[in-house]
Amino acid sequence: MDAPTLTARLTAIVPQASLEPCSDTDQPTIRVSPADVVAVLYALRDTPELGFTFLADLTAVDWWPREPRYEMVYHLASVEPPRRLRLKVPVPGADPTVPSITQIWPAADWLEREVWDLFGIVFDGHADLRRLLMPDEWDGHPLRKDYPVQVNVPVRVSEPLQVSEEQFRANIVRDRKVRQGT
Amino acid sequence: MPELRTETMTVNMGPQHPSTHGVLRIVLELDGETIVSSAATIGYLHTGIEKTTEQKKWQQVIPLVERMDYLSAQSNSYAFCLSVERLLGLDIPDRVRWIRILLVELQRINSHLVWLGTHAMEVGAVSVMLYCFRERELLLNINEMIAGFRMFPSYMRVGGLREDLPRGFHGAVTSFLDRLPGKLDEYEDLLTKNAIFLKRTKGVGVMSRDDAVRYSLSGPIGRAAGWSYDVRKAFPYGGYDTVQFDVATGTHGDVYDRYLVRVAEMRQSIGICRQMLERISPTGVFAIDDSRVTPPPKDKVYTEMEALIQHFLIYSQGFTVPAGNAYVPVEGPRGEQGFYVVSDGGNRPWRIKARSASLLACQALAPMIEGGMIADVIAVIGSIDVVMGDVDR
Repeated sequence: MDAPTLTARLTAIVPQASLEPCSDTDQPTIRVSPADVVAVLYALRDTPELGFTFLADLTAVDWWPREPRYEMVYHLASVEPPRRLRLKVPVPGADPTVPSITQIWPAADWLEREVWDLFGIVFDGHADLRRLLMPDEWDGHPLRKDYPVQVNVPVRVSEPLQVSEEQFRANIVRDRKVRQGT
Repeated sequence: MPELRTETMTVNMGPQHPSTHGVLRIVLELDGETIVSSAATIGYLHTGIEKTTEQKKWQQVIPLVERMDYLSAQSNSYAFCLSVERLLGLDIPDRVRWIRILLVELQRINSHLVWLGTHAMEVGAVSVMLYCFRERELLLNINEMIAGFRMFPSYMRVGGLREDLPRGFHGAVTSFLDRLPGKLDEYEDLLTKNAIFLKRTKGVGVMSRDDAVRYSLSGPIGRAAGWSYDVRKAFPYGGYDTVQFDVATGTHGDVYDRYLVRVAEMRQSIGICRQMLERISPTGVFAIDDSRVTPPPKDKVYTEMEALIQHFLIYSQGFTVPAGNAYVPVEGPRGEQGFYVVSDGGNRPWRIKARSASLLACQALAPMIEGGMIADVIAVIGSIDVVMGDVDR
């Protein structure tokens, strides 16, 4: 199934979504606006004849200084029948926000945290949007194109973590709620 | 009689713990010995490889992607080469494709041997670790033979291989393939019906098929749960559609089935390697004949002006890749492994994103260990086969 066919199918299921097939050669690719991405992904996952149940990957690309600056990329796959699909979601540089898809795939949890960490794209509805790879108190988002390749950060001596028992418990309760929510 | 005081206890495991396969920190909340909740922290090994690749020329990326995951080095460079070759539109010669399949299957055996050894050691069978590393040593010798480098050979190149196979390659691989099945039988004698091993692994860390799909756990974890997805079968790449092999699956999705699946995969890989060895001639073409990506032979560089210019261009500027993006996944030892490659038409990548199967497995640790016993945490971490360098990149 190529991109125009898939787009036609999707338009029938999600009529309000603005979809635009792209001409990528390696796999079918559809451009979706940020507002429609959740509805489109639900349709792709839950429609039996589409069957894109597998979220292979989720990432972002920074096209600085072009506008819209960011592009969210979702790689989906259907195993039976074997099919692949890529969704691209343009994200403006001024207000980089896209809806979270953690309620569709729990696998997206850490992937979205990684994108927030490295690109600074905010995932609306993500219950626990913290840095994943960089230290919590890090300044900036390293994979942005305007972030320098080498930064000199003074050596930091960590104080022992001062968390009261109540705070510690509150963190664990929060983490548990997050997981049960997804 | 005073009321019995009940409260949960929190235990910190890691970051420096010998059984976390690297630097992984897990905070466990315990009720007695039962795990109520857990929270994993990663990022201790973050080296910014994806940022670094954006500064490198295309061919220079290969050593970097190999170093992401020391157990699937050649699978990583294979996936990267396939994606870039798709963008360049290169049609790789058959002999190169067979050599690549042979190498990545040997890499899979290598990875599974290390996994089997360390996993068995962590659940109490230390001798298996020593045996597995003995066989793995032979694979490292083969790497040394082809590339002079044991862990990260960087033998694959965009457009083919770095050089032709060395003399004695077929013999070395054949003797390894002849030796391994008997050794695998020995390991299975030690583990498959071992009462202690069964008690430590059966019914532990269960992941259902549906949960495996929801958590994107392709590879041995998903297959142990009965999800038969294998990239080699579903989306054949690089000539895998001509290879005969079976996909091993389990039914229970527990630690024991993951063990069975990986051992069966090693046996399948032996069969694939034998098929490939038959197809590979000892000498022959080892790179595509395309002056854009393949450097000219050295004797021509010294005698022909054209070849000298081409050599100079490739080693100073590198080659450019047409603008666009590609994602060609391969079945790595830990599941779907792919590189999303974006080019703006220049001689350096615009963006490279590694799909890390280890990251997703690490994320799924919490649902696997919660509700289980604290002693099972080690068995589960071992069974999901994470390489922390690949998690953090």
